[in-house]
Amino acid sequence: MTYSVRSATVRFGHVLALDDVTVEVPAGSVVAVVGGDGAGKSTLLRALVGEVALDSGTVEAPPKQRLGYLPASSGSWAALTVTQNIDFVAGIYGLAGDELTARRRELLDRASLTPAADRLAAQLSGGMRRKLGFVMAIVHRPELLILDEPSTGIDPVSRIDLWRLASEAAASGAAVLMSTTYLDEAERAAHLVVLDDGKILVQGSYDQVRAGFAGVVTQTAEPVRAEWAWRRGRVQREYWPSAGPPPGATTVAPDLEDIVIALSLARRNAVLS
Amino acid sequence: MTGVLLRARQVTRRFGTFTAVDNVSMHVQPGEVVGLLGANGAGKTTLIRMLLGLLPVTSGGVELLGGPPDREHRCRLGYVPQGLGLYGDLTVRENLSFSAGAYGSAEPELPPALAGRADVLVRELPLGAQRQVAFLAALAHSPEVLVLDEPTSGVDALARAALWDTIRGQAEHGAGVLVTTHYMQEAQQCDRLLLMSNGQLVAQGSEADIIGATTAVAVRTGDWAQAFAALNAAGAPVMLAGRAIRVANANPGELQDVLKAAGIQAILQPVPATIEERMLVLAREAGSS
Repeated sequence: MTYSVRSATVRFGHVLALDDVTVEVPAGSVVAVVGGDGAGKSTLLRALVGEVALDSGTVEAPPKQRLGYLPASSGSWAALTVTQNIDFVAGIYGLAGDELTARRRELLDRASLTPAADRLAAQLSGGMRRKLGFVMAIVHRPELLILDEPSTGIDPVSRIDLWRLASEAAASGAAVLMSTTYLDEAERAAHLVVLDDGKILVQGSYDQVRAGFAGVVTQTAEPVRAEWAWRRGRVQREYWPSAGPPPGATTVAPDLEDIVIALSLARRNAVLS
Repeated sequence: MTGVLLRARQVTRRFGTFTAVDNVSMHVQPGEVVGLLGANGAGKTTLIRMLLGLLPVTSGGVELLGGPPDREHRCRLGYVPQGLGLYGDLTVRENLSFSAGAYGSAEPELPPALAGRADVLVRELPLGAQRQVAFLAALAHSPEVLVLDEPTSGVDALARAALWDTIRGQAEHGAGVLVTTHYMQEAQQCDRLLLMSNGQLVAQGSEADIIGATTAVAVRTGDWAQAFAALNAAGAPVMLAGRAIRVANANPGELQDVLKAAGIQAILQPVPATIEERMLVLAREAGSS
């Protein structure tokens, strides 16, 4: 089974939030959507969830009872304990009795939340609260799991836990679509989609995206063209889309972060000129 | 004049029976960018709130610009909290006027990205633009010390690079900067690092000082996802850097046994450990205690 949005366009007033976007999410794999704030990530995810109507295009998604969704905001009730949060959501999907007890125990264990089972959600750290939200989104074994920035603001150790949970869900057959601002997470996904200003800059596996990247990235203390340069650590990097770099420049093998920035600059500079 | 902009001396903060910050001493000097690292809940934000006088200490002392962290000294400080500290029901221009009025400084010029949005309510701006407004408000009075709590969380790669240009620029002009982050690539842009765990300052100095005696092994294999699952199931402290699998403080022989039992061929290689791996080791120590 493959879920999808095809040729999706969404307008909010004058703003074109999604512009002819096609993304497929096959069962058994993790698809990552990257892009900054306002790029259209949440709109794309919410279109699949059915919370945003398309102006044109089609959505193929399972009905709500077979779909799991972790919104960008919280996803749990602050005044309920971890156990109460899980049981409440499980009850909506008709899970009860021994089946619920077993499922809750399994998920708490996998998310390393067992010691916090009786703690109020309000008293969890940010990382624990996101893991609780994840558990609540997956309690009914959804066929399509949609995670909106599960790891933003989360420490590196909890991020690995969340990745493990998402990849386990995919390994057991779910189609997983997650948005992220961490490019190293996107590198791991089977398929990644880079959104900028509602449009797809590039999509494919990490290897495909790397192989399809044209031009050269150089590393320098003094960039020649400021509008094509960005800071990377203590040095600057500069993108040469077609014309070669000046002789003697130090070229680097671009990683996903460089590629995403270079393509974003190319689009912005093209829009401005 | 001590030359130190921010200082904590043996600071402790308790909430009921919970010790959020435990006997921490640290300082920030002019012209340096100090990175404050630690897991969610390690005590970073509580420490910052005490340094700025927003939360009383249980014991110990704090100094802001050589004096108590009161209104007079806070005038020379720029602070961007995690929640940004803007008024959603005021426009961009009104927020900046209010902040300039409070600090007695001139209103800042709007950069090109915000130029057409002066009269937009802040709550209607995307988060990235709100963050730019918060930075403008925090920098308009040329603060001598800048405190930034996760300034780039949720921001795209290009905007993140631009924010770090601003941060380094402030330090080059002599300001001292204290910044928290979960991006280890950003930690590497700091002049000095502090690592907190369970309320305590457990390491400080360069990246090498933070990593300390932590070691790591890289696992190279055809199917990284399968190897990750097998090592994870065996309880090994596995980390991922992109698609590269790494295990902290591991015995290569034991790892090889786990992989062989799962039918996975892999090459194991000792590699320099990272800050993330030190954090993972700390988290596991905290979990088992």
